[in-house]
Amino acid sequence: MTEQNNDHHVLPVTTYLAVFAGLIILLILTVVVAFFDFGVFNRVIALAIAVAKASLIMAYFMHLRYSSHLTWIFAGAGFFWLIIMFLITMGDYLARGTIIGTPG
Amino acid sequence: MTQKQSALAPYFNNIEQQREANTLGMWIFLVTEVMLFGGIFLAYAVYLFNYPAGFAEASRELNLFLSTTNTLVLLCSSLTVALAVHAAQTDKKKQLVIFLVATLILGTIFLGIKGVEYAEEFQHNLFPGPSFEFEGPHIQQARLFFGLYFAATGLHGFHMIMGISVLLYLTYKAWRGYFGSLNYDTIEMFGLYWHFVDIAWVFIFPLFYLIERAQ
Repeated sequence: MTEQNNDHHVLPVTTYLAVFAGLIILLILTVVVAFFDFGVFNRVIALAIAVAKASLIMAYFMHLRYSSHLTWIFAGAGFFWLIIMFLITMGDYLARGTIIGTPG
Repeated sequence: MTQKQSALAPYFNNIEQQREANTLGMWIFLVTEVMLFGGIFLAYAVYLFNYPAGFAEASRELNLFLSTTNTLVLLCSSLTVALAVHAAQTDKKKQLVIFLVATLILGTIFLGIKGVEYAEEFQHNLFPGPSFEFEGPHIQQARLFFGLYFAATGLHGFHMIMGISVLLYLTYKAWRGYFGSLNYDTIEMFGLYWHFVDIAWVFIFPLFYLIERAQ
């Protein structure tokens, strides 16, 4: 069996270095932005940057981008679960008090 | 000790199938880790939502400089572990050992800095035990914040310790020449674990340390 298949992903070192540079830039960005007052968007931006960093790490360092679709499903399942848990729970808290009779 | 010439286990058809199985298995484990950390993050999110003022006050007591440095340290360690995998894949044994040792050093530095942070926090009586003290209007909320902070960072630190322990063993095996282009899955799977622990910190950092620093 040749080495030209889906699972034998040898990424060039330059790719790793480029991703690392991106991660450092995002780190600087996240700290700098924290010192400005964007109101409620501070948290949105902080989370968005964290998600971007996590995506870079998963796609390139963890080779997800070069993995089989089945692997994507497994990895995606975890985060899909996380999103459901957050959406439903925080949705409940955020909606409290908006319907008459619900304690807020 | 030479590289295992055939790392293929007899119950797999070929090495690619084995690698796929290893990868899927590792990702299942990482999904359980997502659930573990996710639970703590959810608890934190709920109380951050309910007690924004108290949490912001408490967050400002944390050491931003040390934690930013730690985030940088972990990102570097993710790079070194990725380069270690690359070295194993391309049969560069010396590089592999160097990058694994670099990862070890960076991981230990992380724990060291975390220890310094914890020492500071204990000294300021910020650990939610009997001697908890907090100067600010929302004492109970701050106490809750610190409970979650120590739970999340403690769990993360525990994962780092586990990772470093395994890494010590893998570094020894690598030094003995056990890994190479025919046998690098173990290094790659370890890398997946290490990257996950890095990702957990990437979320812990903004969530706990960066609420309302705009003064």
